[in-house]
Amino acid sequence: MHSREADVAVCGGGNAALCAAIVARRTGASVVLLERAPLHMRGGNTRHTRDIRIAHDAPNAAAAEAYTEEELFADLLRVTGGETDEPLARLTVRESTTLADWMAEQGVRWQKPLNGTLHLSRTNGFFLGGGKHLVNTYYETALRLGVRVVYGATVRELSHDGARVTAVVYEDGACDRRLACGAVVVAAGGFEADVEWLREYWGDAASRFAIRGTPYNTGIALKAMYTAGARRAGDPRGLHCVAVDARAPRFDGGIVTRIDAIPFGIVVNAAGERFYDEGEDLWPKRYAIWGKLIADQAGQAAYAIFDAKTARSFIPSAFRPERAESLEALAAVLGLDAASLVKTVAAFNAAIRPECGVQLGALDGCATAGLTPPKSNWAQRIDTPPFYGYPLRPGVTFTYLGVGVDTEAHVLRADGTRFENLFAAGECMAGNILSRGYLAGFGLTIGSVFGRIAGAQAAQYARA
Amino acid sequence: MLELDLTAELDRQLSVCNACRYCEGFCAVFGAAQLRTAIGSGDVAYLANLCHDCRMCYDACMFTPPHEFAINIPAAMTEARVQTYERYGTPPVLARMIRAPRRGALVAVLAGVTIVALAVTFSAGAAALWTPQLGPGAFYRVLPYAAMVVSALALALFGLVCIALGARRYARDIGAGERFATPAALRTALRDALSLRYLKGGGAGCYDQSRGSGRRRFFHALVFWGVLADFAATTSAAVLQEFLHALPPYPYWSVPVVLGTGGGVAIVVGAAGLIAVKVRSDPRPASTRMIALDYAFLGLLELVASTGLALLALRSTSVMGALLVLHLGAVAGLFATAPYGKFVHAVYRVVALVKNAHEQAGP
Repeated sequence: MHSREADVAVCGGGNAALCAAIVARRTGASVVLLERAPLHMRGGNTRHTRDIRIAHDAPNAAAAEAYTEEELFADLLRVTGGETDEPLARLTVRESTTLADWMAEQGVRWQKPLNGTLHLSRTNGFFLGGGKHLVNTYYETALRLGVRVVYGATVRELSHDGARVTAVVYEDGACDRRLACGAVVVAAGGFEADVEWLREYWGDAASRFAIRGTPYNTGIALKAMYTAGARRAGDPRGLHCVAVDARAPRFDGGIVTRIDAIPFGIVVNAAGERFYDEGEDLWPKRYAIWGKLIADQAGQAAYAIFDAKTARSFIPSAFRPERAESLEALAAVLGLDAASLVKTVAAFNAAIRPECGVQLGALDGCATAGLTPPKSNWAQRIDTPPFYGYPLRPGVTFTYLGVGVDTEAHVLRADGTRFENLFAAGECMAGNILSRGYLAGFGLTIGSVFGRIAGAQAAQYARA
Repeated sequence: MLELDLTAELDRQLSVCNACRYCEGFCAVFGAAQLRTAIGSGDVAYLANLCHDCRMCYDACMFTPPHEFAINIPAAMTEARVQTYERYGTPPVLARMIRAPRRGALVAVLAGVTIVALAVTFSAGAAALWTPQLGPGAFYRVLPYAAMVVSALALALFGLVCIALGARRYARDIGAGERFATPAALRTALRDALSLRYLKGGGAGCYDQSRGSGRRRFFHALVFWGVLADFAATTSAAVLQEFLHALPPYPYWSVPVVLGTGGGVAIVVGAAGLIAVKVRSDPRPASTRMIALDYAFLGLLELVASTGLALLALRSTSVMGALLVLHLGAVAGLFATAPYGKFVHAVYRVVALVKNAHEQAGP
């Protein structure tokens, strides 16, 4: 045997990494977890999560009413348009049924769905306190089990000998360290916080994206895997991107800067013109397309406009909307051309069918008549002061680009063979399964399922 | 922090919470905040006392400092609670004691002990302080029953009236013209208060260092039931004396002594536990003003309970007289400072719980 510091090195510190570390440690392996963030920022984008999608044949601790494996798989096919690695997807769906109990064994507590999330109550389990509390619970469990955690550790390189990884080189403060280990799990998220990398695919627009999650997800470990010869998987331009408040922080604004006002009024671009159907479908099915829609507008800017009638119809965001007694005044506050905004609203109001009784909360078919683009549902006049407006910009949640893996979480090499002892879990391999589209809470499902598999496989290899 | 600043600050912080809602499962505060689009000073007084300071929301929040949103709900709520105690303290001149609680407690106890000692000296003579007294009525040969009962009742009555006046003003302010003390709301609130429901943190407990635990709730329950047991002990002793004409000291296995001893031990252990938890707690989600109030109140409870237990153990010896003076002086200090210290948290919190039960039940 060669001297090694740990059986298993886990690169990353969010949900998938913690699941891997806990399982590997419970299997008897010695585990070092390398988290790039400092302690108070630990947990990657898991910090901003709140629920996890799990199939269940009967109600359980996490979710009421059955949501079968077939239903979950069908939902996945629907959002991805069928573009999913079926063996990996089937495995994720099947294993998801065991997560509620397993998570509870690690100390996670379940709670009833949060206010305003009724549409997820059947399919998703809500953990008490949200993602940071989940992360804290997992760290507590991992540390109690004897996992060694290094904060502020930036992975630089995966030393390898052909298909076998021998060590992780990481930067700890100012100096490089080499962690010789028996197996490596990479679960370090996507690259959405590396604006330069985003710029390769999105050009200058990327510099006006808000990054909703941790600034530490710059894809360094992903690059290290590519350098070691891992096969790419997923669309490099693939982004989950929603409309956020333009006043949001550049990084880490989380869920509270998301704007849910869009179906309750209209959205205009910097020229004061509408550009997409705000009422195309129920908001939970449409909110995830608005980031890209806004990214395609000049200056990556847009404005949600509504009036007093609908001002309290949606979950507010962290910042109050701008407010004015007239559309002209609102345009001035938002920096829009008043004449354009007034003209757009007038054209919109003229296309309303007043006899249609608007019913928020269901597809009511109250569409505009003869307007391009149309508003297909919930179309009502914007005429009751005060008028409100949110400035919008694209907010990136995560990227889809990752590495290829097999059903044992082994990372695939560019030549189609697999690494003996390099495993991947979480966002850096989720693109194999969720190639595009979005299914609320399913990122955590993939991370938890593959985190556990990667941890078990890594421990088994290292201790053999 | 100035009151207006604190209202604006909580308005700012809670608008982030209302957009997030992840903490809803910990307690009633976040559900109540969601019913409000903007936070005014009445809302602050209400929400601050609805907050039981379990601090799980601090542990769970991804927006705590150094994040630019700088969310720290427990610290702001605690600061606002101290302001409530001061604003509704009656009469205002005495409520200023809240600004220097430890000095207030010390002065009150010293004054209490001095007055009791003088009363003993003038009634029974100074020798009663070091002469053993045995048999029925032993305590009253140190301090006459009438003096004891009249001064205790007067102090308690004064305190109760002041607290009730403050609570009434508080209830009016947070109710904003609405009567919320319906029987159903009272029942729910009482159940939530007695079970210390919101110290459960939704199952996670209270955050004090790096994790949640049930320690705070356990020790708090010990203190609460200890105080109640001691109150029951006093009441049962009054019954024995007034109706059965049996004068104290009572035998070790009598109802007053068993209740009193159990209560005393519970307070000593519970208050010590709370102090121990507090000493090691993360200071970031706390307020130094509230910590001062906590220590003053817990210190008084420790003093009253431990002198009571010592009095029981040494009641047949020559130090009984001195211990009785110390115990009664401490009790007087506790009663006198009750309306202007941490004791009132129970009152405002129950009123807030009643309002919450009412508004959550819906129209």
